[in-house]
Amino acid sequence: MRFDTLSDLKNYKNEISQKQDKGKEIWICGGPGCVANGSMAIAEEFIKALGNKSSSDENTSLWHSIKVLIRPEEKETEKLIRTGITGCMGPCENGPVVHVEPDGLYYQKVTVDDIEGIIGSIKENIPYKAKAMSGLDDKPAEVPSAENIPFLAKQKKIILGKMSTMSPLDLEDYIAHGGYSGLIRALESMAPEEICNEIKASGLRGRGGGGFPTGVKWESCRNSASEMRYVLVNGDEGDPGAFMDRALMEGDPYSVIEGLTIGAYAIGSSEGIIYVRHEYPLAVKRLANAIKNLEEAGLLGTNILGTGFDFHVEICEGGGSFVCGESTALMTSIEGKPGVPRVKYIRSTERGLWESPTVLNNVETWANVPHIITNGSEWFRSIGTENNSGTKVFALVGKVKNTGLVEVPMGTTLRQIIYDIGGGVAQKRPFKAVQTGGPSGGCLPASMLDTPVDFDSLTEAGSMMGSGGMIVMDDRTCMVDIARYFIDFLVEESCGKCVPCREGLKKMQMILHDLTNGKGREGDTKALEDLAEDISDTSLCALGQSAANPVLSTIKYFKEEYIEHEKEHFCRSGVCQGMFRIKIDEEKCKSCGLCSKNCPADTIEKLDSGKYCIKQEGCIRCGACFEVCPFSSVDIVNEVIDDD
Amino acid sequence: MNAEHSELLKEFTAEEVATLDEIIARHKGTPGGLIPVLEEAQVALGYLPASVQKRVAKGLNLPVSRVYGVVTFYSFFTMTPRGRHTIRVCLGTACYVRGGKALAEAIKKEVGISEGETTEDRRFTFESVRCLGACGLGPVVVINDDVHGRMKPSKLTEVLDLYS
Repeated sequence: MRFDTLSDLKNYKNEISQKQDKGKEIWICGGPGCVANGSMAIAEEFIKALGNKSSSDENTSLWHSIKVLIRPEEKETEKLIRTGITGCMGPCENGPVVHVEPDGLYYQKVTVDDIEGIIGSIKENIPYKAKAMSGLDDKPAEVPSAENIPFLAKQKKIILGKMSTMSPLDLEDYIAHGGYSGLIRALESMAPEEICNEIKASGLRGRGGGGFPTGVKWESCRNSASEMRYVLVNGDEGDPGAFMDRALMEGDPYSVIEGLTIGAYAIGSSEGIIYVRHEYPLAVKRLANAIKNLEEAGLLGTNILGTGFDFHVEICEGGGSFVCGESTALMTSIEGKPGVPRVKYIRSTERGLWESPTVLNNVETWANVPHIITNGSEWFRSIGTENNSGTKVFALVGKVKNTGLVEVPMGTTLRQIIYDIGGGVAQKRPFKAVQTGGPSGGCLPASMLDTPVDFDSLTEAGSMMGSGGMIVMDDRTCMVDIARYFIDFLVEESCGKCVPCREGLKKMQMILHDLTNGKGREGDTKALEDLAEDISDTSLCALGQSAANPVLSTIKYFKEEYIEHEKEHFCRSGVCQGMFRIKIDEEKCKSCGLCSKNCPADTIEKLDSGKYCIKQEGCIRCGACFEVCPFSSVDIVNEVIDDD
Repeated sequence: MNAEHSELLKEFTAEEVATLDEIIARHKGTPGGLIPVLEEAQVALGYLPASVQKRVAKGLNLPVSRVYGVVTFYSFFTMTPRGRHTIRVCLGTACYVRGGKALAEAIKKEVGISEGETTEDRRFTFESVRCLGACGLGPVVVINDDVHGRMKPSKLTEVLDLYS
């Protein structure tokens, strides 16, 4: 497959779209969650069951022929069937996930024992009920198609749209699913300035968390006089609890590169670099495979599609440093130096990588570009809200029932994401907070659940959009401990260049450690607030400037917990060691004995009354009884309890 | 040169040194080539002691201080040898709120070393990582390339026994 001219590619796209019967497809989710649950072995078994030889090569999307029943005529017909591995489909909690096309059916928690059943159901042309994905009320959906599954039905998948129905390795698949329409339109009918203007008009803002208007960035780089310009992909996704960019690079690498290619053409660049953190080896492999295929197909390299446009892409692996996600630090790192940020007197769009004008955008931002160019800025603006157009991908994780990867229009509320899509808090525990924006973001309480998710509303609420991690916390999460967790992280990742961040964070860390170790002193909370303000005002880069957010937002919304830690040395969530006691409420105890069975310290005794009681002397306060009690009769209390 | 060469040969075989030289030669002259050289060298040799850093510095015509600066800045690089198996406990926020911290403590107790250390018999190296993208399975422990999801301290001994 090679395209030397624009019409070559257009003819090819035409041919594919006219192909009528596409056969049946069995897609097995190859996202990190499902792989960890054994989806690769399931894919192998599917291939074997269909009579193909299994292959250890990852590139397995194989065709086979089976007889399928046609209803209502009740006659059999020969159909081609294909099995393959996709990127992340999203419902990670219920993996391994299997998706059958073109029927659009989803199956969850699939095991090797379900393979016969799924293949049988395809032959019969009916859904396979045993593992149908959960519909309303958690019951398996009658017909498990996206619209009957709340987790999928309430999403709007644009960026993730192709990921459940194509092989991330296969360029033909990408093109068949609408890929490269954007580049065709750009090269055929748009001048580079027009592309910049189109992106500007779309209102696309940087998806890495900054929210800077992408089109403005492009234009300013385009207008900087230079022989050489660079376009970079920021794939250094470092926020703990976030895996959106990983999913995109692994599951749809071509869309990122198509976006990058359009961007390069728009700003006049011939060199692109994708910076990926080394913790993502599969992303590196998939991107490298995509680059190789695109070079062979003539979609990267010199004189692309006969238009005279040259563009080369390389991958650069990061060495494991959170601050390298900061734009100037990332460029310093590509230059082979320790990744420390610089002061931005001069913007990277004027002088960035190797002193040349550079556009750096996040993975998801680039993946938006082909859609905008294909469908136009007006279409893009019709999604989302006025100043926040388009969709945003989130990694919905933590104590939420349906963890996974979700995509929603900007402006969707936190409540809609957590409850309608996520199914609420896991194990029906009370909701306490949701954390967005990673270590630079903040925790929002239940009263803020109706906040629309967009750049401006979240910042106003004291958190941040960030790159898209969304972590749900229940009543067993201590907010002071969470602040300590993030500050620990940031102390480790501070590059050490500027004093406020290096020393100030350390000081905050000491106070937070004392607070969570029962050594809180009067005035600690106030000291944290003062330090936070100074660090935000005086740090050099965004890491330091936003580092205090986790502390400030938790103090703002959960001050009572800080005060309890400070004055009473009490942790109401039962997290901070030695700062709480556990007691069984005899009134509520139903004498089931589950707590006693699960107590690792063997310190729960049955009283004469039949009720259970914790002997405080031996109690290690692990909370196992609290977790298992079906009647909520185990309480966290702040009182000294004497063993009788 | 000879003294440095013999220092290298104390820790590595002649073939390993030849591999290192080949890696250096391949990136020589490429701007920004230092980090790729170190990444490849670490994969080939396992760790980057002073002797290797000196070799790289000489080969790329850079001051040793520059190489050392990069090696100590990025968490990927290590100057000490590693164990046969690497235990990585995920302390990403999702795993953390699901009990990753207790799990990390349990691992420390079980293998008798702190984070970043290697056991004396070089059986295990213990590290923590932030988010492996398997948040749905939290808390997660990864040993070598095997992901063990929904881990509990009580399941640890059984899992670690799989790696000798």
